[in-house]
Amino acid sequence: MTEKLTLVSHVDAINWNRIQDDKDVEVWNRLTANFWLPEKVPISGDIQSWATLTPEEQTLTMRVFTGLTLLDTIQGTVGAVSLIPDALTPHEEAVYTNIAFMESVHAKSYSSIFSTLCSTKEIDEAFRWSTENQNLQRKAQIVLEYYHGDDPLKRKVASTLLESFLFYSGFYLPMHWSSRAKLTNTADMIRLIIRDEAVHGYYIGYKFQKGLEKETPERREELKEYTFNLLYDLYENEVQYTHDLYDGLGMAEDVKKFLHYNANKALMNLGYEALFPSNVCDVSPAILSALSPNADENHDFFSGSGSSYVIGKHEETTDDDWDF
Amino acid sequence: MASLVYFSSTSENTRRFVEKLGVPAERIPLLPTEEPLKVDEPYVLIVPTYGGGNGKGAVPKQVIKFLNDEHNRSYIRGVISAGNTNFGTGYCKAGDIIAAKCHVPHLYKFELFGTQDDVTAVRDGLEELWKQQ
Repeated sequence: MTEKLTLVSHVDAINWNRIQDDKDVEVWNRLTANFWLPEKVPISGDIQSWATLTPEEQTLTMRVFTGLTLLDTIQGTVGAVSLIPDALTPHEEAVYTNIAFMESVHAKSYSSIFSTLCSTKEIDEAFRWSTENQNLQRKAQIVLEYYHGDDPLKRKVASTLLESFLFYSGFYLPMHWSSRAKLTNTADMIRLIIRDEAVHGYYIGYKFQKGLEKETPERREELKEYTFNLLYDLYENEVQYTHDLYDGLGMAEDVKKFLHYNANKALMNLGYEALFPSNVCDVSPAILSALSPNADENHDFFSGSGSSYVIGKHEETTDDDWDF
Repeated sequence: MASLVYFSSTSENTRRFVEKLGVPAERIPLLPTEEPLKVDEPYVLIVPTYGGGNGKGAVPKQVIKFLNDEHNRSYIRGVISAGNTNFGTGYCKAGDIIAAKCHVPHLYKFELFGTQDDVTAVRDGLEELWKQQ
């Protein structure tokens, strides 16, 4: 790929006291408040737990993490950077630089896990696998092609699908271990990554929708069709990749539910309705609860069983209660 | 009757959910320059949480302002919250905080702008709730 590098042609000094889109400030503040580094997470606490995994489980875990490393590398060095020239506001450009850096932090964090838990030989083998696995390479190739394409909104679609969908075949595994009280420190770190990716997908999807507002109905229809086609392409590949990884341990079917669940959320980040029906998105409650401890509480008070269904009575509170 | 009050940022996710419900609803204004919302009858509040973290700033400022009005606060009967499980412990945090502060039930949680199942569950649930009031 030898095309000329596109850079912003004109730059004014960024003035954070003149804001065109409040979302830029809101997201910048979220991202900087969420900042973290892998060195702060005590991965060494997982050494004993790592030893309880079978060799097959260890290999799977390392492969999953090299796959995630590849995606974070793409997003850090190409994806987030490719969005900068299309930014609508200077503050949006600044947010992308933050996203790009954080992706590099994520990519490095997997190496922290490896250096703590594995031998150099094992690490090299896992990285070799990542360059040789066709489905992983194809996934990288599909996304890279769109980043090099000349349509700013299509780049945002590809980027949102990467942030909100493509990572999840990988994220499933540390959540699975966490639900079995294994590799819990590693899972803490992955949860920090998941949280960041959620803000990235939300923001890039939001900017896509802002861009869409300025387009003609025909062009909107084209972009919708493009989004669903790209999702189908990526999904088909993702299913293959999931089988490559998880068939040996018989976990592929539940991973696929997790893929559907996250594909729906990726579409919603882009402003589109969920595609996969709820009966193929019923991710195991253990995985959901590993993802968010709040998700396993009774989601639905309305259909609460029998006597536990109580209508709340209003109670006086004072303004002091509202000092959050 | 305005049975629903909601807040939605410029992402418009919560507004989209409310529109899908198709019940009367009042929106808490986004900008401080807009006329504040005054409510005179019982309502359920729908509020989003984005970003995670330690819960600081989980409740949008505009919602705090709305609920700091004692008159408005006196009519709240429940809270429904939107979020994303990927925010971990921050998932639907604003709903938890408001439910605890106002001593009302946290009725339902949904992600982003909700699926059709969420819309059905909330529409039916609200109908039941108002019957019992």
